[in-house]
Amino acid sequence: MWRYASLLPVPADVASTPNLDPGWTRLVRADQLASILGMRELWIKDERANPTHSFKDRVVGVALAAAIELGFKVLACPSTGNLANAVAAAAARAGIRSVVLIPADLETQKVIGSAIYGCSLVAVHGTYDDVNRLASELADERDDWAFVNVNVRPYYAEGSKTIGFEVAEQLGWRLPEQIVVPVASGAQLVKIDKAFRELIATGLVDDAPYRVYGAQATGCSPVAAAYRAGHDVVHPVRPATIAKSLAIGNPADGPYVLDVVRRTDGLVADVSDEELVDAIQLLASTEGIFGETAGGVTLAVLRKLLKEGQIDPDARTVVINSGDGLKTPDAVADSVGAISPIPATLDAFAAYESARHEPARRQPGLGKAGQA
Amino acid sequence: MTVSVRIPTILRSYTGGTAVVTSTPGTVRDVIAGLDADYPGIGGRLLDEAGQLRRFVNVYVDDDDIRLAQGLDTQVAAGGQVSVIPAVAGG
Repeated sequence: MWRYASLLPVPADVASTPNLDPGWTRLVRADQLASILGMRELWIKDERANPTHSFKDRVVGVALAAAIELGFKVLACPSTGNLANAVAAAAARAGIRSVVLIPADLETQKVIGSAIYGCSLVAVHGTYDDVNRLASELADERDDWAFVNVNVRPYYAEGSKTIGFEVAEQLGWRLPEQIVVPVASGAQLVKIDKAFRELIATGLVDDAPYRVYGAQATGCSPVAAAYRAGHDVVHPVRPATIAKSLAIGNPADGPYVLDVVRRTDGLVADVSDEELVDAIQLLASTEGIFGETAGGVTLAVLRKLLKEGQIDPDARTVVINSGDGLKTPDAVADSVGAISPIPATLDAFAAYESARHEPARRQPGLGKAGQA
Repeated sequence: MTVSVRIPTILRSYTGGTAVVTSTPGTVRDVIAGLDADYPGIGGRLLDEAGQLRRFVNVYVDDDDIRLAQGLDTQVAAGGQVSVIPAVAGG
């Protein structure tokens, strides 16, 4: 993503200092999925390909460069997990100490995926918002600690612009007509919009209208609720959803999200945990992309908006899959079913097949994807 | 008896650099009024012209965000702790 360095608050030589070299992830044309959803042109921005498997490597890349430039000694963060992984890995590569604060009930995969890099991992009782509050107070006390999403947040957040830059470049220097983005703190959505506006301002893309849609899980949907109520302030909630990477009850950029979706004629919507799990399976079974719970939320919101007629099925649409399903396997473990072993014989296999009554494939047929 | 109020770095210019100051018990609105009496101007950084909490300010009484309680009417008992935290973090 350092190809966009001149549009980021980073030193010109940022690529030559030790970092994780994040970004430039695939933009996948999802024709089978589009066909099932009745859409004409659907793309998935697949953020799994980042070094620690989520878009957080982008924001940490910019925060790390700023932290070094500004003379901080420790890289730190409160995190719902993905950010913890990204901070711990980036600090390890840069050779500086890291401290990450996480809610004590976080998924094992995300805990191990931070601890392995040798960071100081602090599990805190409470929700992410409690962890966030502790980090804000700590940032006041520790002058030489760079909390990536607290005291160097203005730099950090700019990293998400690279998602927008890449989407446009990968579409042949065109903006999508619609984009669906997950909303946790809201910074990603706000910065993707900022990226599109910067590309228009620099003349790299045509000034065409686009709509930005925000996606939340119903169990933590303070921004969607504020949107529906017509408020410009977000009333905090206590999160209760399996989409833990989106479980921020008091989202710092919530008011800006409301501004962006209203300005672009989009909206913010939310979906249940059942709907997001179903969407994770749909994405995996149609496009071979095992997304994280947040990815399930964005696709499920797209589905819901299509059903409700609130999004245009004929417009060029991008959906963000911000992370990797391998970090949140428990979310879908029950849905994919138990696996019972069979003896290593052809008879046993035949018995297995007849017992299972393999359902007909729902796809229109291999090799014909996208012609619907 | 008093309540203690934790002031974030960005507002410590009003308190002469002090991180924890005291105010009077009552509602959060009373506590903020007490603060503003001791440190003129700080109230206007926390409340807008209509007397509502500014949208980028979070206030906690003991462990709870007042927006999840009774907002500015939330009671702060003598000996209670109030934290003011700018909503610039997270995610």
